[in-house]
Amino acid sequence: MTRLENPSVSIQDLSLNFGAISVLETLNIDVAEGEFIVLLGPSGCGKSTLLNCIAGLLDVSDGRIFIKGKNVTWEEPKDRGIGMVFQSYALYPQMTVEKNLSFGLRVAGIPRDEIAKRIARAAEILQIEPLLQRKPSALSGGQRQRVAIGRALVRDVDVFLFDEPLSNLDAKLRAELRVEIKLLHSKLQNTMIYVTHDQIEAMTLADRIAVMKGGVIQQLDAPQTIYNRPVNRFVAGFLGSPAMNFLDGRLEKDDGNWHFVAEEVRIPLATYAFEKEPAPGAAVFGIRPEHVAFNSGSGWPFTTTANVVVVEPMGSDTLVWLKLANQNFTVRVTSERTPNNADTVSIGFDPMRASLFDAATGNRL
Amino acid sequence: MADLAVPLPAGTGSIGLEASGPRGPKPRHVFSRRNIFLYGTLIVVALYYLLPLYVMVVTSLKGMPEIRLGNIFSPPLEITFEPWVKAWSSACTGLNCDGLSRGFWNSVRITVPSVVLSIAIASVNGYALANWRFKGADTFFVILIVGAFIPYQVMIYPIVIILREIGLYGSLSGLVIVHSIFGMPILTLLFRNYFTSMPEELFRAARVDGAGFWGIYFRIMLPMSLPIFVVAIILQVTGIWNDFLFGVVYTRPDTYPMTVQLNNIVNSVQGVKEYNVNMAATILTGLVPLVVYFVSGKLFVRGIAAGAVKG
Repeated sequence: MTRLENPSVSIQDLSLNFGAISVLETLNIDVAEGEFIVLLGPSGCGKSTLLNCIAGLLDVSDGRIFIKGKNVTWEEPKDRGIGMVFQSYALYPQMTVEKNLSFGLRVAGIPRDEIAKRIARAAEILQIEPLLQRKPSALSGGQRQRVAIGRALVRDVDVFLFDEPLSNLDAKLRAELRVEIKLLHSKLQNTMIYVTHDQIEAMTLADRIAVMKGGVIQQLDAPQTIYNRPVNRFVAGFLGSPAMNFLDGRLEKDDGNWHFVAEEVRIPLATYAFEKEPAPGAAVFGIRPEHVAFNSGSGWPFTTTANVVVVEPMGSDTLVWLKLANQNFTVRVTSERTPNNADTVSIGFDPMRASLFDAATGNRL
Repeated sequence: MADLAVPLPAGTGSIGLEASGPRGPKPRHVFSRRNIFLYGTLIVVALYYLLPLYVMVVTSLKGMPEIRLGNIFSPPLEITFEPWVKAWSSACTGLNCDGLSRGFWNSVRITVPSVVLSIAIASVNGYALANWRFKGADTFFVILIVGAFIPYQVMIYPIVIILREIGLYGSLSGLVIVHSIFGMPILTLLFRNYFTSMPEELFRAARVDGAGFWGIYFRIMLPMSLPIFVVAIILQVTGIWNDFLFGVVYTRPDTYPMTVQLNNIVNSVQGVKEYNVNMAATILTGLVPLVVYFVSGKLFVRGIAAGAVKG
């Protein structure tokens, strides 16, 4: 794993066990100054746990945590220079918005006029000035989350931690606040670590995404790289909606060219960039539904015909379910070209856009 | 009502369906079988519980000659408050003949500090057990809860010895300590469950904001837990006020609480049984818990529900 020169946050060999259960295993990650990093993964993958370790809300079993070059492994949360935003907002219900924002500052004994100044600035950035004298119960979900972000903002910290901040909001509000968080980041240029299970949030917000599973980071890379060149089958299947197509089959070499073979389907792999020279054997061929051309004639390295099983109209486009080599295969089609059930259609794609995985290990070939 | 039905505009009603059928809320009858059963049961049960109270009030307002007539259900022919005055200020309990007033003030001096002390300690206990999962917290909690299942009677004599050794036997402060200790298991359980039901993230947010153990307790948790404090106060006030056993064991005649004095008035074996004075004394003693329930009944129910249901 490559280490950064002057990381804002640096996690070194972090492990966490609850009794015999290991939640995080010798985890390493460096976050650059001003970087927006997203921890993405399914429920129970340890992403929130990792965030709580960084915040100092959980004691680690092993390893070290550096923030701004300072070893904070044993520090209290307040001394780590972090601000945190929670999924349930966690606003103090008995305090007004203003008191909520100022609570941490009052605890720290910061002078009154300084507190007023910081609250005014945060309220302006987040546009919550008219709400300052309200109680949290009189706010909508989006307003509450804005106040929760404001609470982190007033503390003037180096690192922002977000723990699934948008999960409690409805879809429309989630999209709006997503953009606002992105704007906030470009305005503040703070380091932000953001936990989510929503791949859209991860793709749109992140400078880099860390895809996690079972307490281990599977892949840490820019969103486009993760999307286009997933390192293993888990990452490939977790990102993308509708999900990537997977065909089970075999890798074969004839006439010096590699082919992927599943029953009657033979896909030539001349354009595919192998990680290293492969060996013949069982493999999984993955390609995203939007990378498959539909009824567009020849000119593709691979074309074939298949029967339509189900058609799912989704408004902007349509998902067509086919049977290919007796396995499910989906193609994304613009709404105007929607076929009927049981039609026979032709499809084509370039294996360059595909991903090949080892059938046993699931690693990219 | 059918003649009032407005004809539907063409195209909005379903063709072929009768236009005059049932519509809107279903009518409910006051004398339905359900209501008769429900209110009938409630009235019978209420009467069953109110009857003794009625007899007590009526008897306490009669003079002794009238009581001897034996009509316990008949209202007083001549209302007199003398039994009440006597019960409060001049009934004889053992050697003292100054009525329940002495016991009342003793009970106040026992109840108020016991309630404050036990709730203060138990709420911090519950808070620490719920939010600061210190090492051995579970063991500590189990031991505390087991304490709730041990019969009080087993511990009476050992406590007598302990109080004697530390020189508090027979004093009010000794009894205050006993009450505080015996209130601990159930109150700690109550507070722990309430604090556990509060969102964990609130506690975490306060920690990120830099508040410590006491900061979070006083500034975050306390203001949010008024209902459970009301429940605890009611439980403790009624429990300690009504206590007889500890009162009679751990105090002396001049520091007897009201309940013990009441017993001495009612169960005195010399002279005439003054039923009217006994009734008045009993009502006077029961008045404090009664008032507490009436004043805070709504908060009590809300607090019980909040502590118990939300898991």
